Amino acid sequence: MKKIHTYIFGFTFSLVLTAAAFGLAQMHLDSGHTFPAHEFAIVAFVVLAIVQLFVQLFLFLHIGDEPKPRLGLLALLFALLTVSIVVGGTLWIMYNLSHRQTETQPNVFTEENIFPNADHNAN
Amino acid sequence: MKNTDKTIFGFWVYLMSDCVLFASLFATYAVLQHATFGNLEAFDLANLPFVFLETLILLTSSFTVGLGLLAARQNKKTLALSLLSVTLLLGLSFLGMEMHEFAKLLAEGSGPQASAFLSSFFALVGTHGLHVLVGSLWMAVLIHRVWRSGLTESGIRKLTLLSLFWHFLDIIWIFIFTFVYLFGSLAL
Repeated sequence: MKKIHTYIFGFTFSLVLTAAAFGLAQMHLDSGHTFPAHEFAIVAFVVLAIVQLFVQLFLFLHIGDEPKPRLGLLALLFALLTVSIVVGGTLWIMYNLSHRQTETQPNVFTEENIFPNADHNAN
Repeated sequence: MKNTDKTIFGFWVYLMSDCVLFASLFATYAVLQHATFGNLEAFDLANLPFVFLETLILLTSSFTVGLGLLAARQNKKTLALSLLSVTLLLGLSFLGMEMHEFAKLLAEGSGPQASAFLSSFFALVGTHGLHVLVGSLWMAVLIHRVWRSGLTESGIRKLTLLSLFWHFLDIIWIFIFTFVYLFGSLAL
């Protein structure tokens, strides 16, 4: 019986976090994208997601419960490191590329460039 | 290290690699989220009540699979089977909702080939959906196995692996509903 309360607590807590996130999004829409402000909403969504991640990692997946050596935890940390590099690195590089392209060249992928001989009168 | 522990650790390492796979799909989605080519934007996909229901279904299924595994470990066969069956039903409901969403998009010409954004959307959400589908098949097989052969040590080990997989899918979904649908609803 010792573990059932972790599931009940994890489920309840996750429900609350999920409802809060969707509630905020709906509030934002209902107010015509004014309240809460975009910046607040973005931060709130990310924070709520990360908190729910930890709730589910610890209460559903029982991370850190294993006896030493904590290989599962180690594998998780390494995966998170890899994920940070993949996602962070991708965003950094692609943003940089797009920034450089817009600064130095016009957008190459215009309709005219792709279909140069298009008949504008045809349907 | 006991055989059970080795198997579980090995499966965990696989799950971590799956994590990196999803990370690359998320990164791709982030890069292409505005490449809409005149077709739908993320805002158009963000049907909040619909996605909220999907989320509740998947979250509850993660809860019931956890309870099901507990019941199995306590040798409560009928309770375990009931909880696993509820999990399967919830998983299939989630899939049904998602397939409905995809079918509608395809029918109106907003499939994965319509734009880079939609390609990345279908790749990310579709891959998650495929994982849920495979998990559901696995669930059906294990339910049948427990029903026929009872709760053996190897059966419980397999259930442990499946529950790890199922919890993992709900965790990935947290990031999908946040970064695809909630962010999408902001119409940035």
